[in-house]
Amino acid sequence: MRFDTLIIGGGLAGLLAGISLQKAGRKTAIVSTGQNSLYFFSGTFESVEEPSERLRELLSECGIRVHYSPGVRFMPLGTFRDSALSLEDISLFPTPEIARKALIVNFAGYLDFFSSFISEGLSRHGASCRMVTLDMPELSRFHQNPDEMRSAQIARALDSNWEKVVKEVCVMLHDEDTVILPQVFGLQDAEIPEKIRRGIPARVIFTGTLPPSVPGIRTQMLLKRRYEVLGGTYLSGDEVVGAHLYEGTVHSVVTRNLEGHYLEAGHFILATGGYFSKGLKSNPFQVYEPLFGLDVDYSEDRNAWYAPSFAADQPYMNYGVKTDEHLHALLQGNPVSNLLVAGSVLGATHPELGSGAGLAIRSAFAAVDQILKASPDQA
Amino acid sequence: MKLQEFTTSSHNFEECMKCTVCTVYCPVLQVNPLYPGPKQAGPDGERLRLKDPYFFNYALKYCMNCKRCEVSCPSGVHVADLIQAARIKYDRSAPKLRDRILASTDFMGSLARPVAPVVNAVTGLGITRAVLDSTLKIDHRRVFPKYSGRSFERWLRRREKQQAAFEEQVAYFHGCYVNYNYPRLGKDLVKVMNALGVGVQLLEREKCCGIALITNGMSAQAAKNAAHNLDSIRKAVTGKGLKVVTTSSTCTLTIREEYPNLLGQDNADVKASILTAARFICEKIEKGATLRFRPDFHKKVAYHTPCHMEKMGWGIFSEKLLRMIPGLELTILDSNCCGIAGTYGFKKENYEYSQAIGEPLFRQIREVNPDSVACDCETCKWQIEMSTGYTVENPISLLAQALEDDEEK
Repeated sequence: MRFDTLIIGGGLAGLLAGISLQKAGRKTAIVSTGQNSLYFFSGTFESVEEPSERLRELLSECGIRVHYSPGVRFMPLGTFRDSALSLEDISLFPTPEIARKALIVNFAGYLDFFSSFISEGLSRHGASCRMVTLDMPELSRFHQNPDEMRSAQIARALDSNWEKVVKEVCVMLHDEDTVILPQVFGLQDAEIPEKIRRGIPARVIFTGTLPPSVPGIRTQMLLKRRYEVLGGTYLSGDEVVGAHLYEGTVHSVVTRNLEGHYLEAGHFILATGGYFSKGLKSNPFQVYEPLFGLDVDYSEDRNAWYAPSFAADQPYMNYGVKTDEHLHALLQGNPVSNLLVAGSVLGATHPELGSGAGLAIRSAFAAVDQILKASPDQA
Repeated sequence: MKLQEFTTSSHNFEECMKCTVCTVYCPVLQVNPLYPGPKQAGPDGERLRLKDPYFFNYALKYCMNCKRCEVSCPSGVHVADLIQAARIKYDRSAPKLRDRILASTDFMGSLARPVAPVVNAVTGLGITRAVLDSTLKIDHRRVFPKYSGRSFERWLRRREKQQAAFEEQVAYFHGCYVNYNYPRLGKDLVKVMNALGVGVQLLEREKCCGIALITNGMSAQAAKNAAHNLDSIRKAVTGKGLKVVTTSSTCTLTIREEYPNLLGQDNADVKASILTAARFICEKIEKGATLRFRPDFHKKVAYHTPCHMEKMGWGIFSEKLLRMIPGLELTILDSNCCGIAGTYGFKKENYEYSQAIGEPLFRQIREVNPDSVACDCETCKWQIEMSTGYTVENPISLLAQALEDDEEK
C-alpha cells in the first residue's frame, strides 16, 4: 500500500502532523503502537509561547478547547507551576494566592487523588481548607473492585451524572470561595467541566489525578477522530518492525500486523516518542533509536547520563535523535532525505516542566512544512 | 541483553507498567461490575497466580476475548492472551452442557443441516426459546442463526472441475458459519475470485477453528481441531503452494494467533499464507489485477471493524476493497465492540451486558441509516441484525454484488 506520507507514532506529534497533511490534501497513514503519552497529559502545552493561529485553528477544528493566559496552574501535589496554553479544564492564575477558603472534594474510595497534599499546598499560600468526601451511588459499583476505580471509569460514570455532583457540592459548600475537584470530568463531552463551573457558586479548580488523564484521553480521541474524518488511515496497536532504505532514502516499512505487506511512502515522519514509548531505548552501553538505528545525541560516559540527585534535571532525558537543521534524521552522520523527526524522540524535553507537548507541536508543524516544501505540487 | 531474553515471561506480562490504559478500552469493564478488568485479570492477577493458583479468579470468564486491551496497550503486553491462558491453565470447572452445545459449532451444524427447516422453525418459536432459557440459560431474547439445508462444501465439491480449470488457485477456509448457516458468502467469494481469474478449492478437511471451544473451557478439543486444521493447511500451503483465504475475521485470528499463543500449536511455517480474502484481493489488485464493476451499482454502506480484525490490523484491506467499488458510499463506524463476542452474548448471564456494550455502535448505525452494514464477522452480523434491524453483509458479498458479469450463479 502506498501513501504520500507515513507517520510512525500516533501520539500528539504524529496526530498533529497527520491532520495537517490530510488538510493539505495528502494521503497519510499513522502506525500507532498502543496508546501514548497523551494518556498522561497534564492538560497544559508546556513551553509554548503565544499559540500560533495555525495551532488554534487546528485544535478548534478538532473540538479541543484551549485558553492562553501566562501564569501558574495548581498541581496535584499542592505546588504551583508556570503555565500558559492549556486545555480549558486547567485553571490559570497570575499568582499562587488563589483562595482564602477552599473546599477539597474527593469521591469515596478513590485513591488516585490526594486531598491532604492539596490542602497543605493551598495552606502555604494562605488558604484555609476543608476536605470532604462524596459518596455517589453512581460510583458504588467500584467498591466491588476498588482497583478499577480509576479516573477514566469515574469519568465515564459521571459524564451523564455531572449535575448530581454539582448539586452535592452545592449542599456541602459553606462560605468557601474555591472548590477543588479531581480532574475526572468530560471524557466524551469537553463542555462538562465548564458546565460544572457555571453550576457551583465558587471558583472551581479541576486538579490532576494519577493516570490515565481524563482531559488527555479526550484530547487523543478528538485528534484521532479528526484525523480519520479527514481520511487518514490510523493503524492501531501495530508496530513498525522493519524499514527498507536505498541510498539515503526510506523506501518502505513493514509492520508486525502487516508482515509481508510493504507500506510505501514518499515521506516518513518518525514520531515514536521517548523512552516511555520505546522511541528511544537504552542498555548499559548506549542510548539508541531502535527502528532505523539513527544517530543519537548522548554521552559516551555512562556516569554522565544521570545527575546524582533524583529530582535534578537528568541529562539522559535530553538525549534524542540527531537531525540536520531541517529535522531530517541523521544516519551515520548523513541526513536521510525523506525521514523527518518530530516529538519526544528528539529529546531535549524537560520532564520537570511537565509534558513534551510544546516540542511535539512545534516539531510536527516544522516536519509538515518540510514535506510540503519538498513536494509542493502533490495533492 | 542476553539475560533479558532469558527472563522474558510468557505473553510479555512483565512489560506491564500499570498505566491502566487497557481499562479505558475494555468494553466489559464499562458495564459489568463483576469483572475485575483487564489489568487486574491479566498482568496484575498473573503475578499472584504464579505465586499460588489459589488466586485464580473465576470472574475471568467475563472476559470477551475481544483483544481491545492488547490494541490499546503501549507496552505490547498480551493482556487478553494472559487472561485466556489463565483460564486454560487454572479453571478446573467442567464446561456446562450449554457451553458444550454453544461451542460445538460444527457438530451442531452437521446435526442441524439435514433437518434445517425444522430446526429453524423450532428455534424461532417463543416456547423453544423460553425452554432453552430456563433449562440451559441461553437467553430467550437472542435470535438464533438459521441453518442452511445444503452445506457450502457440498456446493463447491460439485463445482470442483470447473474451479480446477482456473490456472491460479486458492484454498478456502470457509468456517462453520459459511458451511452450515450461510453458504451465500462462500458462493460470493467464489464469484469474486473467479472474476480475478482464481479458482477456489476446499482444504482437505476442515474443522471448526476452535475459538468457541477455547472461550468455553474446552481447550483440549480446540488444540485437536488446531492440529487437524494446520495439517490440512500445510498440505495446501507447502504441498500445493497455495494461499489459504478466509472470510471470517475471527477464524483468521484464531488460526494465525491463538493457535501458537494459546494452544501451543506452532504455525510459523504457514502463518504468512493465511490471509483474509480482502487482503488477498487488495494485494492482487495492487499487482495489476482488475475487476469490472456494474455501472448502476449504488449502496450506502457503513463499515464496522470487528474487534478481532482490529487486533489483526487488517481492517484497512476490507476498507480499501469497499472504497474500490464505484457507487458505494462508505462511512467508517467508530471503533466499538458490538458486544456479542461469539457465544458470550448467547448466555443468559451475559445478555444484558452484551446489549449494553453494543449500544454505542447500534446508536451510530441508526444515525448513519445505511442501506446495509459491512462487517467481516458472522457473530457481529447476528448481533447487529438482531439489535438494529439493519442487514449486515461481508465486504466480499458487497464486492460480488457490484461486479459486472453475472455468469456464475
